[in-house]
Amino acid sequence: MTLMTPDKSQENQQPTQWEGSLEELKGLVSERAFTGETMLLNMGPHHPSTHGVLRVLLELDGEEIINLLPDVGFLHTGIEKNIEHKQYEKGVTLTDRMDYLAPMNNNFSFCLAIEKLVDLDVPERAQIMRVICLELTRINSHLVWLGTHALDMGAMSVFLYAFIQREKILRMFEMISGQRLMTSYMRPGGVWRDFTDEFYTALDSFLSVFPSKVDEFQRLLTNNPLWIDRTQGIGIIEPETALAWGVSGPSLRGSGVNWDLRKAMPYSGYEQYEFTVPLGEHGDVYDRFYIRILEMYESVKIIQQALKKLPRKGPFRSENRKFVPPPRAELGRSMEAVIHHFKLWTEGFSAPDDEVYVAVESPRGELSVYLHGTGGTKPRRVHFKTPSFMHIAAMPVMSKGHFIADLVAIIGSIDIVLGDCDR
Amino acid sequence: MGVVSSKLGNLGVVTTTLDQVFNWGRNGAMWPLLFGLACCAIEMMATQASDYDMSRFGMELNRASPRQSDLMIVAGRVTRKMAPVVRQLYDQMPYPKYVVSMGDCASCSGVYNNYALVQGVDEIVPVDVYVAGCPPRPEQLIHGIMTLHEKVRGESIRNWAS
Repeated sequence: MTLMTPDKSQENQQPTQWEGSLEELKGLVSERAFTGETMLLNMGPHHPSTHGVLRVLLELDGEEIINLLPDVGFLHTGIEKNIEHKQYEKGVTLTDRMDYLAPMNNNFSFCLAIEKLVDLDVPERAQIMRVICLELTRINSHLVWLGTHALDMGAMSVFLYAFIQREKILRMFEMISGQRLMTSYMRPGGVWRDFTDEFYTALDSFLSVFPSKVDEFQRLLTNNPLWIDRTQGIGIIEPETALAWGVSGPSLRGSGVNWDLRKAMPYSGYEQYEFTVPLGEHGDVYDRFYIRILEMYESVKIIQQALKKLPRKGPFRSENRKFVPPPRAELGRSMEAVIHHFKLWTEGFSAPDDEVYVAVESPRGELSVYLHGTGGTKPRRVHFKTPSFMHIAAMPVMSKGHFIADLVAIIGSIDIVLGDCDR
Repeated sequence: MGVVSSKLGNLGVVTTTLDQVFNWGRNGAMWPLLFGLACCAIEMMATQASDYDMSRFGMELNRASPRQSDLMIVAGRVTRKMAPVVRQLYDQMPYPKYVVSMGDCASCSGVYNNYALVQGVDEIVPVDVYVAGCPPRPEQLIHGIMTLHEKVRGESIRNWAS
């Protein structure tokens, strides 16, 4: 019979040594970290509440956050570089995969930049169709945010309810574009296809029930004392600080700054719609939460107005054949159409050696595109200024002095998508 | 006999092999690692949420710790910066462990043949099932998981040591 002795070999095993040096962190964390008075803790990139692959290095005094160093780039895909050797229209498919919760917004901002660069017209009807899709995407993105934000804070059921509604939107996207997530529906000069009849039916039934569903989400959270305790007074950012850090979108409006690009610099005919921009007062997690909830109601209003204005038949893409391929039916009749089709699908269209900058209001904030043409068929440089990157940069300001548990709420409230940040 | 059956009802007898019991247990509660990388993770969430409901296959419980999970669904593109983390997570999972490579990016890096991405996650971890699509529909992911279940059903505990 053998004695049960502890395994000596395991006991003497040293924990894996960290292969960096503390010198690298000089100036980034406080001096107290070097004496061991405060603790350095790594959070992520695999962590359920970082919404993807964000890594943050925390300096903690007990449970209180003294310093926070975000580390991004775990999802850097080189999309900007890839677009540089693709024709303009083919670049649209790559933009889907940046901010994967709001693909239509990415498509749209890139198409808007192309249209500005080559001076391409967009029919009135296509602009209305784009607005409908953009607002549906906004609701879609806010639903994922609501579900995951609540899930992070321990409210599982909201996630399940939100995803029921989201599935309806995804099915509508599938009806018009053939894909649930990566739609690539917006193209230079308009949209890919016309809306189908079943889409109108599905949209009508969705719009008639959706506001009551948002009421339902509100009943679960808005006046919930636990939710209020976890969110009010947490992660406050002052309006001036928020502007200085480049925070935009609902996160900026939570601090009470009235800045919505749909109102301030209207694009795609947004000036013709009546909607209000919800504003917060305190700039805390709760205000940012409540603004996104109200924005969903506003989006429904915009879609309803757009549906009233939208004629059921009409052009959905520009007729300028130098940039837009002819419809398939024309190929059998017109030699010119065959030539245009061949030129556009083999070579693509050329854009002047010029630079443009456009900005749109994505669900997360200000998404802007810098596009530089070469005179040829491929761009020289594309750069996306994305809201998530700015929000992650502002995270240390919001979270200093709070507990780790509050950091989870703060990350949820600024609604980051790492694909959007790293690209 | 009469007394026992009147007290307990007709219990019946099931004869089976040890392999089948083990595989039945593994298939019935294969807990995935809560591990999302990019776009496919959103479809993975949709698969677990109300409409598609992965708990029908005993998979509703996503464990955030690799120590408690059996299945790693690599959902999304794996960058060179993320690759060591993926490998470490795989190493931390206890045997028997399985990997599903979800989506084109994880399987072969999809449309991105560039400096930033690992060209397929099978360069760093062994993959059991590849699911195609960009991103795959929830039905496709479920099909991938059923395929994995089929594979597990064919395994034998005699091969555990290897």
